[in-house]
This record gives sequence, C-alpha cells and structure tokens, in this order.
Amino acid sequence: MAEQFEPKIAVLCCNWCTYAGADLAGTSRMKYAPNVRLIRTMCSGRIDPSFVMTALKDGADGVLIAGCHPADCHYINGNHKTMRRFPVLHTMLAQFGIERDRVRLEWISASEGDRFVEVANEMTETVRKLGPLDWKSRTAAGNVA
Amino acid sequence: MKNDDPRIGVFVCHCGTNIAGIVNVDSVAAAARTMPFVVHAEEYKFMCSDPGQALVRDAILKHRLNRVIVAACSPRMHEPTFRKATALAGLNPYLFEMANIREHCSWVHTDKVAATEKAIDLVKSAVAKARYLEPLESRYVNVEPKVLIVGGGVAGIQAALDIANGGTKVVLVERQQSIGGRMAQLDKTFPTLDCSACILTPKMVQAAQHPNIELMTYSEIEEVKGYVGNFTVRIRRKATFIDPKVCTACGVCIDKCPWKATSSFEEGLSKRKAVYRLFPQAVPGIPVVDKDACKYFENGKCKACEKFCEPHAFRWDDQDKIVEEKVGAIIVATGYDLIDPKLPSQYGYGKLKNVITGIEFERINNATGPTAGKIVTKEGKEPESVAILHCIGSRDRNHCEYCSRVCCMYALKFAHLIKEKTKATVYNFYIDMRCFGKGYEEFYHRLLEEGVKFIRGKAAYVTDQALTDAEQGKLIISAEATTLGKTLRVPVDMVILANAMTPQKDAADVARKFGIGRSPDGFFLEKHPKLEPVSTATDGVYLAGTCQGPKDIPDTVAQGAAAASVAMSLIQRGTVEVEAATAGVIDDLCSGCKICQDVCPYSAIGYEVDKRIAEINASLCKGCGTCAATCPSSAIVAKHFNDQQILAQIHALYAQEG
Repeated sequence: MAEQFEPKIAVLCCNWCTYAGADLAGTSRMKYAPNVRLIRTMCSGRIDPSFVMTALKDGADGVLIAGCHPADCHYINGNHKTMRRFPVLHTMLAQFGIERDRVRLEWISASEGDRFVEVANEMTETVRKLGPLDWKSRTAAGNVA
Repeated sequence: MKNDDPRIGVFVCHCGTNIAGIVNVDSVAAAARTMPFVVHAEEYKFMCSDPGQALVRDAILKHRLNRVIVAACSPRMHEPTFRKATALAGLNPYLFEMANIREHCSWVHTDKVAATEKAIDLVKSAVAKARYLEPLESRYVNVEPKVLIVGGGVAGIQAALDIANGGTKVVLVERQQSIGGRMAQLDKTFPTLDCSACILTPKMVQAAQHPNIELMTYSEIEEVKGYVGNFTVRIRRKATFIDPKVCTACGVCIDKCPWKATSSFEEGLSKRKAVYRLFPQAVPGIPVVDKDACKYFENGKCKACEKFCEPHAFRWDDQDKIVEEKVGAIIVATGYDLIDPKLPSQYGYGKLKNVITGIEFERINNATGPTAGKIVTKEGKEPESVAILHCIGSRDRNHCEYCSRVCCMYALKFAHLIKEKTKATVYNFYIDMRCFGKGYEEFYHRLLEEGVKFIRGKAAYVTDQALTDAEQGKLIISAEATTLGKTLRVPVDMVILANAMTPQKDAADVARKFGIGRSPDGFFLEKHPKLEPVSTATDGVYLAGTCQGPKDIPDTVAQGAAAASVAMSLIQRGTVEVEAATAGVIDDLCSGCKICQDVCPYSAIGYEVDKRIAEINASLCKGCGTCAATCPSSAIVAKHFNDQQILAQIHALYAQEG
C-alpha cells in the first residue's frame, strides 16, 4: 500500500481566541491530526496575506487563518479586517491556480476546543485529498500570472 | 541592529510524563543543538519549578545566552514565569520565547514519532523567531483607585462592601431601581431556612449608606473604554421623574396612583402601580415612574401622584443622563435568568394554570408576595398534593446540558415549606439528588424523615386529561419511577417546575462591552476554570456570581468576595504594567498614506504634519498589529510579532532548505 500523503498545515491565529481554543483542546486531551503547526499573533488582524503566500511558497500545503468570532475580538474589531482581507486573498490564490480549500478562515473561540479539533482534522483531510501543493512545479508550469 | 551573534539557549521540559510520555524530549534537545545559533540545549523534568528556573538563570550566565527558549506548556500559562527567570539573570524578558509542546503537541497527539517531529518543529519555529527578538521596555501606568461593580445582586453587594471597607471607592451600578437582585425575590434560603430578606436587607442598607460606595440604580453601562487600571465607563442613568434629593420615600404617591402594570418582581403574579417601588424593602426606597404605564405620558393628564407629594419631588421633564466614571478595575456581577418554562412544552406551563415555576413559588410563599405567603392554587384553595419537578431544561441536551446546581436544594426547601404550611402530600420527581454543599445532605435526610415522597425519575409530561375518577380535576404527572421499574401517573393540585438557570438574555452584548468571553453554555468565561475563577481574558475585568455559571448563595457570596480581593490587589499595587509590544513606525518607509489610521481600533495612530508620516501613541496602542498587516509600505513594525520574526517562523517550519 502506498504511503499516505501527510499534508503540512500552517495555522496562523490570534492569541486570545483560537490559540486559547487550541490550548483548551490540549487541556481536555482531545486528539487531532499532528499535521498542524500554530504560529501565534496577538490578533488575527495582524495576519498579513503575505504570510499565507510565504507559507505556501515555502512548502505548506494548506493554511488556516483563525481568530475570534466577529464582534468578540479582543482588540474590538481586528478580526473584521481579517474577514475583509480574506476574499481578496482568495481571489489572488485563484489567480495563482491554488485551490480554494487550501486556505481557510475560521472563527474559533477560547471555549471551542472541540471546534479547533474539528477544523484541524477537516483541514488535514481536505488538503490530503487535494494532494501536495508543489508550488515550484506549479509556477514552472506557468500557472502564475 | 542588536541581533549580531545571537546565542540561543533551549530548555525542554518533561512536565513529568505530560510531555515526556509522548514526546521524546532527548531527541528534541538533541535536535535543538543542531539549530542555527543554539549554543546550549538541555531537558529537565519540571522547568517551571525553582530548580528549573535556576537552570535558565545559570545557563544564561554560564553560556552567555542572549536568547532563551523554553519548550514546555502554553505561553498563556508560564510565559510570565520564564520571563521573570530570564530577567533575573539580567536579560531583557522579551528575549524569551516559548514553544508550546504540551497543549499543542503531547496532549493532543498519540503517535510518538509524529509528536516528537512536531515538537522539534515547534522548537525550530521558536528558535527562528528568537534570533530576531528585540529587547522591549516595560511601561507602567497609574491605577485609578476606584472600582466599578456592575450588578447589585448579592455578589455585587458583597464585592462592593469588601472593597469599600478596605478604603477604596466603589461605583455600584444596578439596572433595576433597587439593589438586591434575585436573592431579594427569594423567601427562605436552604439549608438553614433563614429568611432571605432578613439576611440580605442589612447588607443592602450597608451598601447604600457606605461612604465609599456610590449607588447608581436604574442605570446601565453604555460603553467601556480604556484598559486595566484606566477604564472610562459611560453610564446611562435612566429618568425616574422623581428628584431623589427631594423625595422622602414616604410612598403616598404609590398609594394615590390609579394606574397599574404587571409586576416583574412578582413574576407577573400581581400588579404594581405606575409609580412604584420594586419591593417594600427596596434600597434606595425612592420610587420611579414607569413611563409606559403612567397615563400622564400618554394623554398629558392625571398627575394624581404629584398632587399628594408634599416635598414636590416630581420632575416631569426628567431625562436619561449619561455620566462618565474613571475606574481602575471592573467587577461584572450581572446574574442569571431562567429558561422560559414554556420551552420544555410537555409540562404545560402557560396552558395549565396550576403549573408554576420555582421563582413564582418563592413569591407565593413570601409574606409580601401576591398571596401574602399563603400556599394556594390559582383557585385560592390549599393544595392537597404538590409535585416538584426537577431538571426542567437542566441536564437536558435539548435545552441546557449543564446542571443548574441549586434546584435539588430549593426543591427540598419547597417541600419542607409546603409541609410546614399545608397538609399537602409533596412529591419530588428527580433524576439524581445533588446535595453537595455544607449541611445539604443532612437537609435531604431531614426531608426524608418529614415524609416527602421522592420518586426517582424525570417527569415525562404534565396533563389535565384524566383517565380515572381520582384524576378528575387534577394535574397528572407521568413519569417512570426507575427504582420501581414502572410508569406512574400521579394526580396533584399544583406543579412546581425547577426550571434551569440560564445566562441573562443580553449576556452576549454585556460580554462584548467588557471584552469577556463566554463558555459554550453562554455564561461568562473565567480566565482559568480552576486557578483564576474570577479573572477574565481582559485584565482588570473580573467576574462574580451567577453570570459565570449557576451557583448557590454561599458560592455567589464567596466569589463576590474573591473578585473584591483580586480587584483590591490591583488597586493597592497602584501601578500596572502595560503592553510593551506596541507598534512603531519606520519613518523612512512611511509614505504618510494614513491607511493605518483607519484600521486602528484605538485611534492610537496620529499624523506628524511636519514629517508627513504616521506617528503611534504608545500609551493608546494595545499591540494588536492590525496596522502592521495593513501598511502597504511595511513601514509599521508590530513589536515582538514583526514581519521578520513571523516570516522566520514560517521559513523554519516549511522551507525545504530549513
């Protein structure tokens, strides 16, 4: 049997909700795919779209952006900016020929450890099905505008 | 730049077997030794212990470390601990970075190889960031020596008294016209059966008369701005149409008012006047005019009340006023609501008139209540039998999954009171008897001896459809008696529903105003479920009482006192450390486009007209970094989370070359 593809998933998330939600998943000893790696920022509003592109270019197969639920932002409304940047990022990814499902935006609160687990697993499975991103061969094939 | 020659030390924690049971810590330390700029790596059983922290201090001196990484638990747990240890060795605490290999790794994965691989990656990411860490200066601001308490129930009153007795000023804001909250509605309290009002009203009066407490009843919080130690709160003081400085609270106006409205305090069981006091022992005792019920506001006529008011206290042009208060700490004690008893519709509330709720029974049994304390049915007759149904909405996945914690005990109390006042047979339909508190189990035993009938089984439904002569004109409880293994139909005259405690209806709005989170059940979320039960995600905002979750009076009072002590400790400290990791502008890169100003939630970005560049007011900046992500010229640096640091983490994790 061929070895299963293990996608690399980067999680860019805020300190107050999603990072704490992932902490809660840990404290509650919930289990999820070991494919995700969290990178903490204070607010999801800090997440520059270029971070996402860099992660994909470097070798991540998928990126999850996550923060507090709309209106629950620790910094009043930083997540609104995240929310508004996201469609632009998606449009750009499409122009690069990158599948929509590789980059996902989710709101996961500090009390939603179970939600974090769910999203981490879903994301891993979705990207596993899509296969390796393989940025270099894509760009070589002229998929980049 | 000061980043020349980073010397990084990595410390890998076993956390007993919490980490070492899944992650091969030796491999992690060995891998760390091969990472760029790492000059020292070791592992230890408990890094947070004194000897663990000493390891960090010693290694900083011995190996001339200028960056420290501890791979252990969440930075939300022990970052302050290790920052302190780093600082003790003379290193700037911001040159410390944490890798979370417990909550985000060993506790959530079962595959040891994959977990070890991930732990190494997380350390790699931290090492990459550490290389670019820069020292930051901690800043301190003074704490406003005043505490705002939101909610004048027993939790808020207790907190207010404790703080005020300690010599600190308190503003106690209550939405209703009187303090007292839910406890004021109760008749007796379990398990001691002391009268609720008798133990509460002295505290209410103390709070009202205390020189350090400013009572703002009939008021609501409009807006909260600022941060720990320095909040600015806007409070709406609703129009009462009566001048509290002139009114003597004689109550003649109440007697003379011809207009009535449904009394919320009496749970809709009786009427009150359009000018009214919430309840006889209300504090303050000055009545308010209910604009919706008063005919004067409808047709400009009446004013019967004013005609008899000797001190001329009525002010018909009274309007809502907004006042501003500066406070150092906030205690949220906004209490609970009850689930709509019609929602679990099988119990017939609203259709069958002798099906009532627990809080309605409290009022019926109360001497000042709608029946002057007589336990009677809606027909005015003493019931021959009463059923108390436990867990209505609580412990029910269709409604509230949690246990409301007080119902078993107040059901016992009701049973005792009914037995005391009537000759009725009393049935308790319960799932489990949860008598967890001091003297509670003993009270349950007492009730068993008083001849109350306990049926282990949740009531399925209540109906008035009689099947036998004995059931004619009765309410019939259908339930499975699980200890007998058979289904029962029990005819009674009165049914009391122990309906679930829920968050207040506006809990979501209140949570937003104060920047506090909510748990899945909707109650406010404490910072740590065990070790920080009164703190919240927002520094300087604390919780007390049932807004955090269902609890009984002893626990509510204890939490009120706990919140007071935490708030006091902040006030006593006098100063508070504010975010050092703010944003900064690189003057040479800024084009002065001002896009950053639009995204800053704190209006912390100004504009230097001479240089035509953005300028950040560090005392307003909270360090969210939204401006840094937005700046098209990369001219804004989010300190401690700058582009270089985050990109280094991404490269470390994903770049093929490593």
